[in-house]
Amino acid sequence: MNEHSPLKQTPLHALHVSHGARMVPFAGYDMPVQYPAGVMKEHLHTRSAAGLFDVSHMGQVILRPKSGRIEDAALALEKLVPVDVLGLAEGRQRYGLFTDGNGNILDDLMIANRGDHLFLVVNASCKEADFAHMQKHLGETCELTLLDDRALIALQGPRAECVLAELWADIATMRFMDVAEAALHDVPCIISRSGYTGEDGFEISIPAASAEDVTCRILEHPDVMPIGLGARDSLRLEAGLCLYGNDIDTTTTPVEAGLEWAMQKARRAGGSREGGFPGADVILRQFADGAGRRRVGLKPEGKAPVRGGAPLFADAEGKVPVGAVTSGGFGPSADHPVAMGYVDKAHTANGTQLFAEVRGKYLAVTVSALPFVTPTYKR
Amino acid sequence: MLKFTDEHEWLKIEGDVATVGITAHAAEQLGDLVFVELPEAGTALDKGATAATVESVKAASDVYCPLDGEIVESNQAIVDDPALVNSDPQGAGWFFKLKLSDPSAVNALLDEAAYKELIA
Repeated sequence: MNEHSPLKQTPLHALHVSHGARMVPFAGYDMPVQYPAGVMKEHLHTRSAAGLFDVSHMGQVILRPKSGRIEDAALALEKLVPVDVLGLAEGRQRYGLFTDGNGNILDDLMIANRGDHLFLVVNASCKEADFAHMQKHLGETCELTLLDDRALIALQGPRAECVLAELWADIATMRFMDVAEAALHDVPCIISRSGYTGEDGFEISIPAASAEDVTCRILEHPDVMPIGLGARDSLRLEAGLCLYGNDIDTTTTPVEAGLEWAMQKARRAGGSREGGFPGADVILRQFADGAGRRRVGLKPEGKAPVRGGAPLFADAEGKVPVGAVTSGGFGPSADHPVAMGYVDKAHTANGTQLFAEVRGKYLAVTVSALPFVTPTYKR
Repeated sequence: MLKFTDEHEWLKIEGDVATVGITAHAAEQLGDLVFVELPEAGTALDKGATAATVESVKAASDVYCPLDGEIVESNQAIVDDPALVNSDPQGAGWFFKLKLSDPSAVNALLDEAAYKELIA
């Protein structure tokens, strides 16, 4: 991405500005980092009521099998992800990862089975590369479309279901990771019960032309507040969810990242479609033997936040390096600083005391189970 | 006498001691503060040296020493409750008191009108 190219705008840009958002460049887009309420209130409101996020910068991709058989698209995509896509039922979604030949992570994504096609949501900063990657490897079997005419919003929090039930009564029948099509204010939307906050919630793909109208109406509900990227980051960090580019990237494998759960049995050793994805040799070996390091939750013991990039040591003098923090900040719901990072496997047990170097000091941090807040997904 | 810096600090000058804090504009830009680290009394600092660190939910920022001097007092109240900086930046949210090495150096700082023009 060229830093000097003009920033792109999502279909909701004017709405953000009208709500007084502070806009910042993010992944090539001019995005709201916070609204006048501020990160703290936005974060807490999402956990207590409902927060509305514009995530239209993310890539929405349709993968349509040329044969007309969804199984062919699923098997094609399985060549790029260590995920059981074939076993994903119609109307269901699951988390996935694109891996490279070294077993490292090219991007993380959501994969939905929409009956006659697969619907993917990928990270904004990776979407062009992901699309080219898929075009190259799946272009023979699938017709690929990177949608540029749809917005994507997320409504997250304990009141999200009630708010949307006023627009579509059947929303309550959806379970976590279900995907359905429904009309909201007569606009055909694709709705998934998922999100990036640790809360129950929904992501809604809306035709761009109607996005502002639908979003405005949802925002009119007294329980709903617009939420910027600042609170999005603190919410996902408390929920223990990885941010691509910080916590996972082309130097980390799924096993190092503790994402084994994203690789279903069928793709593991002994599974019916074992391996067959880029870097399978490395990843399956790590699966069996463990990796040399692992992503862990870290709870700073003091009040000072410990940010991404801070080196980690086994000792308070900074003599024995054991890893580094990849994401860190203050957790408004946890009410203390929260962080995650990679540490050598000898130091990954919960309760292990480590020290993070912050401004020349060695601050005590404790290896802690993720997430820092209890998820409220409706399984 | 109230003076300002282009680093968005205010200084209330009384004799050779300046009470220093960050401006309302700076506090608003930083957002909700969750952590403040202040220099200890007795610390000698040069102009431009890092005197304090503030952290919002999202990021850490340094607060620079506006003039040469020695810290004579720090405001423990904002360490205990960083939100005080957001709610009353130019009052109860002060950071530290600095005994100036050269009290005449304040003349080179911005007055309120000049600062307002800077952030306009």
